[in-house]
Amino acid sequence: MITTLFVALYLITVLYIGIFAFRGKRGSGAEDFFLAGRSLGGTVFLFSLFGTHMTAFAILGSSGHAFRNGIVTYGLMASSSAIIVPVLLLFVGTKMWALGKQYGFMTPVQIFRDRWECGHIGTLIFVLQAVLLVPYIIIGVKGGGTTLQAISGGVVPFWLGGFVVALVVMSYVFFGGMRGTAWVNVFQTVLFLTFGTVAVTVIGAGMGGFEAAIQKMMAAPQTAALLTRERFPELVFLSYTFMPLSAIAFPHISIFCLTAKKMSHFKRTVIFYPLCLLIIWLPCVFLGVLANSVPEIPKDTRDDVLLLLLNQYSPAWLAGILGAGIMAAVMASDSQILALSTMFTEDVFTYYGGKSKFGEKVQVQTGRVFIVLVTAVAYIIALRSPASIFDIASQYAFAGFAALVPLNIAALFWKGSTKWGAFASTVWVALCVVSMAVFQAIVPPAVGPPQPFVTIGEMVLIARTATGTTVLGLLPVVPMTLLSALWMFVVSSLTAKPSASTVARYFTGSMVSRPPT
Amino acid sequence: MPYGILPYSMKRLLLIALVLAFYVLHQDWWLWRTTTPLGLGFLPVGLFYHAVYTLGCAALMGLLVWLAWPKELERATLDEESASK
Repeated sequence: MITTLFVALYLITVLYIGIFAFRGKRGSGAEDFFLAGRSLGGTVFLFSLFGTHMTAFAILGSSGHAFRNGIVTYGLMASSSAIIVPVLLLFVGTKMWALGKQYGFMTPVQIFRDRWECGHIGTLIFVLQAVLLVPYIIIGVKGGGTTLQAISGGVVPFWLGGFVVALVVMSYVFFGGMRGTAWVNVFQTVLFLTFGTVAVTVIGAGMGGFEAAIQKMMAAPQTAALLTRERFPELVFLSYTFMPLSAIAFPHISIFCLTAKKMSHFKRTVIFYPLCLLIIWLPCVFLGVLANSVPEIPKDTRDDVLLLLLNQYSPAWLAGILGAGIMAAVMASDSQILALSTMFTEDVFTYYGGKSKFGEKVQVQTGRVFIVLVTAVAYIIALRSPASIFDIASQYAFAGFAALVPLNIAALFWKGSTKWGAFASTVWVALCVVSMAVFQAIVPPAVGPPQPFVTIGEMVLIARTATGTTVLGLLPVVPMTLLSALWMFVVSSLTAKPSASTVARYFTGSMVSRPPT
Repeated sequence: MPYGILPYSMKRLLLIALVLAFYVLHQDWWLWRTTTPLGLGFLPVGLFYHAVYTLGCAALMGLLVWLAWPKELERATLDEESASK
């Protein structure tokens, strides 16, 4: 009961920050609602961008995955992100920011349309981005339902927990726009970063120290394997380094890159990003693994393992505060909902004449209506989708967006790229995602080792695993991304380039600054 | 100062090589099947390695920001801004 009260207090605080705080700073235009007037300061930008990237997946998905798979979880997503994501922010993020500042772009599709002098191909990219983003929003709603259900000891059912989270998120995005969302993200990030340290201390003390728990796990063959990566294929581990590429292709991250007041705000974000990852992921993964030494945790536990540990080892009032920390990570779907709304109003409504016909005020209102619709659809799907948080995220959204990265790179760093190259890459990614979904719906998951599906001689080309698919032993994200880049290169090389004046506008800087002359 | 010792193209190559080396170091296949030695007395070595690796990434990013910050891009935006004022 106390725990539920703390979480309720947290939800009220979030609503206050999102809707009422910083109200005086707001303007009324589309740029102010969707991009906070491109005015976010350095610290807000760092915490808010990090909070935008982290979802229920960072706390619930990671600990649940670590509970089942062991320490490998940290290397799969955290340390691989620690090198890939900041590099992308440093080179791609800053260039997108500069273009947005100079030419007023508010979405990646606007950049693509301008860069490649295309219209409907941009719409196609919008559709694919939107379809891939919805599963990511569902993660937030599902995480909310799971968390509230577990925190309340089952008093709040899953459907009601998901509904409350969806309603709160929708409300502050609806009223607060990007400014409200950014400040809520700052609050949430501080909370869930604190959560990691406190959770480790409290649970560690409750367990009687980590050394004893680790020795106990090392002594039992079943749990000892979780402290190594011997059960995890090395090629799949390698494949996971492609997943963080998705970060800069996610519309909510790339759009967020446009909100910084100054380009120099990226500096602190790039350097501190790996440290923030360490602070949140290391405790969650470690505790998820250690949960295997606790007899009271059922072996079939999935994403609520951390909540069960908190209930086991912390007093009710502290579990309540920590539960609020978990809710902070769970409710990161706000930025995705806002990004989808920004994309719809800019890439569809404005592009096809809505803004010029009805004005900017109607554009913002349309964005708000879209926020309500997207949240409602995500909630309905979340109620019906049985797969775990981690599986949904990695199989569709991450792989699809990672494979779209060649578009961002080619648009910003390759003079020779063309709209037909972009078209070929986009169609390839769409076909891959659809094929993967159909394949996994038709072919049942393997029980035990991967089951070969297509073989050439001795070589297994495609195999069905317990949770997904492999291609030549690699996750589909690898061939998807590499071939997406190849399509971009081959088709662009064969087709007509945009006008010289357009190309010139995009290539005034370089990746490594040249010496001052 | 970043331009004082090495020529621009050499520095660029070195930075790219450093990032690639870090990427390769992520694939720590030599620690795949072992738990010990335990880092800090309780972290399995595979997890401890990746925690230290993450700290190394922060240091690498500091180096990249120092040596590879896209100054021209920033300058172009500032010029544009002051011109529009």
